[in-house]
Amino acid sequence: MLGLKSKDTTLLVVVAILTLLAPFILNPFPENSALAQFNAGYPDLMQRFVIYGIFAIGFNILFGLTGYLSFGHAAFLGVGSYAAVWMFKLLSYNVVPAIMLSVIVAGIFSVLIGYISLRRSGIYFSILTLAFAQMSFALAYSVLSNPKFNLTNGETGLQVYADDPQIFHRAGLPDLPHFFGLSMRSTYTLDVGGWSFDFNAGYYFCAAIMLVVFYLAIRIFNSPFGLMLRAVKSNQQRLNYTGLNTRPYTLAAFVISGMYAGLAGGLLAAMDPLAGAERMQWTASGEVVLMTILGGAGTLIGPVLGAGFIKYFENIFSKINDGVLHAWFAFLPDGLENALVAIIHPFVGKGWQLTLGLMFMAIVIFLPGGLVEGGKRLGALFRRRSSDETASGETKPAE
Amino acid sequence: MGILEVKGVSKRFGGLQALGNVNLSIAENTVHAIIGPNGAGKSTLLNCLVGKLIPDTGSVMFDGQSVLGRKPHEINQMGISRVFQTPEIFGDLTVLENVLIPCFAKRDGAFELNAFGSVRSQADIRERAEQILLDVNMQDKGSMHAASLSRGDKRRLEMAMCLVQEPKLLLLDEPTAGMARADTNNTIDLLKEIKSKRDITMAIIEHDMHVVFSLAERITVLAQGTPLVEDIPEKIKGHPKVQEAYLGQAHDE
Repeated sequence: MLGLKSKDTTLLVVVAILTLLAPFILNPFPENSALAQFNAGYPDLMQRFVIYGIFAIGFNILFGLTGYLSFGHAAFLGVGSYAAVWMFKLLSYNVVPAIMLSVIVAGIFSVLIGYISLRRSGIYFSILTLAFAQMSFALAYSVLSNPKFNLTNGETGLQVYADDPQIFHRAGLPDLPHFFGLSMRSTYTLDVGGWSFDFNAGYYFCAAIMLVVFYLAIRIFNSPFGLMLRAVKSNQQRLNYTGLNTRPYTLAAFVISGMYAGLAGGLLAAMDPLAGAERMQWTASGEVVLMTILGGAGTLIGPVLGAGFIKYFENIFSKINDGVLHAWFAFLPDGLENALVAIIHPFVGKGWQLTLGLMFMAIVIFLPGGLVEGGKRLGALFRRRSSDETASGETKPAE
Repeated sequence: MGILEVKGVSKRFGGLQALGNVNLSIAENTVHAIIGPNGAGKSTLLNCLVGKLIPDTGSVMFDGQSVLGRKPHEINQMGISRVFQTPEIFGDLTVLENVLIPCFAKRDGAFELNAFGSVRSQADIRERAEQILLDVNMQDKGSMHAASLSRGDKRRLEMAMCLVQEPKLLLLDEPTAGMARADTNNTIDLLKEIKSKRDITMAIIEHDMHVVFSLAERITVLAQGTPLVEDIPEKIKGHPKVQEAYLGQAHDE
């Protein structure tokens, strides 16, 4: 179907079903239960799951296939956001032109950075991209924000003001990003028993785009182009002596992944029309590296899983404070309760990154292929166990 | 006029004169061996032919065109394929994918942005790749990871990758280095078979005299960066200069 292998079609359909049903899946606990804070089914977080999923899918096309580790992809994310907000300021709050410009501007930007950075490989490539991203951050944070020429609005972040032209803005349209009149913030809440499920327009808009770009990524993975990219990772010298020019292949991969990042940046601005320079900082570039490795670099679904995993941690674990911990362990004697809370305290709330770091270390050491490899090993384990059972079942009568 | 004409090539690495005024002509459809003791400049010469090194002086003409200043992939597209001293293959890919890549390079040239087509749907390319695996007797290993092959099989795979491009000139850098005797003999048979099946020129750099004398139609002996003699194998065997280069001077004190 759609020109895919049956295995990949199944994967795409499963991902589509999961994203469509995400408001249910991510809200498994009733509203008033003690576990309700583990619910991730609120619009803001669900949007971030899919947007960072897009970012990581794109990053994986570069890193997972060619092995070139870019430490500057957040620059493209930031550029995409700025481009989108400028479209809101100049044209209207419609997200379609905003996102298109995000992708185009990020594409042009990545041609420039990629053309220079790809002259080197390995650590030198990573350092070059990092340097470019930090330069972009400095430009956005201060240089391009002065009274004479204010492109980025510096520290405050770029946002839409009442005196902006917005030449296509009409009275009937929402005063927030919208898709031809459908506000990205509009949410339908379904209450069933103790549960409440949010169906948000912005989330479904992002999810639809993610499914499209995920499909494109599958096509790229299975194409001759994708095969050459994997060959670059495996043995670039052999590829050169096989008559292939590796430079345009790596540049194309770099630009495609830059455009994915720009798309993600544009969507971030479309959900919340504000673009700040911190989006370009190296920590943001590092985050997408973590997502990809955590989920499984070079696999199709890995980066999406990694993105979801990290964003879940960032938003859910960081909300567990001492009060919540005390409530959990209230049934214990006071001394024990306080001791347990004191032990767990550094790993939750503001210390969520500590837990994430430990899990990242554990995954890199024990599952170098990321969460996807973990899944595969579990699958193999179950298969072996069931085949063992059938084998022992066959031998028994002989005894 | 040979298919490959090397004229007055020299190459210096700092104080070391690796090649000094090398002249070499390889005739079309012959197997030409280049032999010489360690440090004679054999590999340097080969690297000058494929674009890895640029000689300081001289010219290298292939099929009437100069190869100097061209990048390795351009030289390959002209019709020169190279087998490395240690097999260079795509270890992370399957054996079939390894031979698909040169098929694409042959058909589509140095770059083709086919990002939405499917590799599986390219019937002509797959057919070619499967045929060449059959030719080198690896048809049942197509789905194996190339890195997990034995050394001999890696060598066969690398040769298959070169041959599937139908090069006019095949350069072999010690194709039997580190092989067991049986594997060496298999390689010799494979090369003989290739030679009998198609029009191809081969240049072999080799230490193993058994290989050289079973295959070569002409032999050039290099010593200290310059060609000593060039002749047919029968005359090389007993040539005094060759013995001198390999075994030292007869009247050494």
